[in-house]
Amino acid sequence: MMSSELPQSLLNSRRHVGVHAERVSDVWSTEYPGHYPDEDHSWDMEKFKEVRYKLHVPCNLQVKVQRLSQRSIEFDLVGVDASIANAFRRIIIAEVPTIAIEHVYVWNNTSVIHDEVLAHRIGLVPLSADPSTLDFRTPTGFGATPNDRNTLVFRLQATCERAPKGSGKEYINDEVKSGDLVWVPQGEQEEVFANNPPGPTNKDIVLAKLRPGQEIDMELHAIKGVGKEHAKWSPVATASYRLHPLILLNPQKPVPTHLAKKFAGCFSPGVVQVDADGEISIDLHGMRKDSVSREVLRHEEFQGCVELKRVRDWFIFNVESEGPYAPERLLPEAVKVMREKVASIRAAAQALLADADGDIPGEPKGKGVDVDVEMGDS
Amino acid sequence: MTEVPPKLRILKGAEPDLSAATYQIHDESHTIGNSLRWMLMKNVPHPSENHIHLRIQMYDNLSSLEALLEALENLGNLCDTVENAYKQSLSTDSYERWDERS
Repeated sequence: MMSSELPQSLLNSRRHVGVHAERVSDVWSTEYPGHYPDEDHSWDMEKFKEVRYKLHVPCNLQVKVQRLSQRSIEFDLVGVDASIANAFRRIIIAEVPTIAIEHVYVWNNTSVIHDEVLAHRIGLVPLSADPSTLDFRTPTGFGATPNDRNTLVFRLQATCERAPKGSGKEYINDEVKSGDLVWVPQGEQEEVFANNPPGPTNKDIVLAKLRPGQEIDMELHAIKGVGKEHAKWSPVATASYRLHPLILLNPQKPVPTHLAKKFAGCFSPGVVQVDADGEISIDLHGMRKDSVSREVLRHEEFQGCVELKRVRDWFIFNVESEGPYAPERLLPEAVKVMREKVASIRAAAQALLADADGDIPGEPKGKGVDVDVEMGDS
Repeated sequence: MTEVPPKLRILKGAEPDLSAATYQIHDESHTIGNSLRWMLMKNVPHPSENHIHLRIQMYDNLSSLEALLEALENLGNLCDTVENAYKQSLSTDSYERWDERS
């Protein structure tokens, strides 16, 4: 395929990150005010929104869901800076709240797995409870103690015995699984969770193995938290993005037809199409599949035939949910957290502004100015 | 209990007219720091403490605090736009649905 068959906006070299044999180039966006003479790149909300549903228009937002299953979602986020895409990725992993077991009270444990190891394993079990139904525990005050608004209680009780002869198995309860967690409703929880009783999202996680005579008896308290405190509160297995690959063929130096198969073999399967005459074509759909292994750059005979690029503002997100959220709910939840962050900093900034009007900031005595922190230390 | 630091404070070394100032945002990280930096530019260190320092230097003695407020408002609007576009795509676009077993 000729490069000219690509949408014009994708040929804009300002959107390209160069991928070379041993380095990448043009990683940073240059579209800031004052960088290009006679061009205004200041923030323009209307421009950002304007044509967001039209495909391949540069500098405008476009979001498109590509694939969705019960557990994962793939969507494109086009037209934002890496800092924004990265903020959403980081928030999905570390700041969207979930509920996980935090306090473990061991009444009895005669199994071979130690209390603390077992407690750690139990903490990592993803729970299905909707996080919006619980409050966070607070460091002080009423919310500091367990109550039916901030804590879910589970019991885990198992005793291993020899199975009766002829039952076809040797032991009863020789494997303690996440499905053995029993929810014990507290206070009003029975009504609140009537339609959706909390439990593990996967009932087949082996927590411990027992032999006859061994016993586990525990009370487990689950609370709301975020992934930045402990990964057990992360709602996802992974949330990642990659930049859309671009493979630009050079019309001045076509790939020799007898080498077409070899050329195609340098890319991921399905990226390069070779027709009966050995003519090569690559469409956008194919480019998307490429892993950008750069294999093609290792071969002398293909030198100058092709340029490898990525589109700097085209993020292909892949999010795998592993908890209470359906995968398509995760981005909206992340946006919500981001908005809350912005609002809280804004409130603080406005308070500072009101403060600054009466006081001279920058003076060591000034309100809100920290005297202990030296500039440039960080 | 231990004292909770303010959400936002201006560190020593700020210009009296706030044309240049370093802001310390407590309990935040690069998640918001880098987004704000980009929005303000339209350089942050890696702290091990749970706050982030944001240095803003202005031309023409304009107030960095007002620039920060404007950037925050823009970021909020950006969030709304991204969410709307996402929800629009989720409800109206056709996309591949597939069955993934646990």
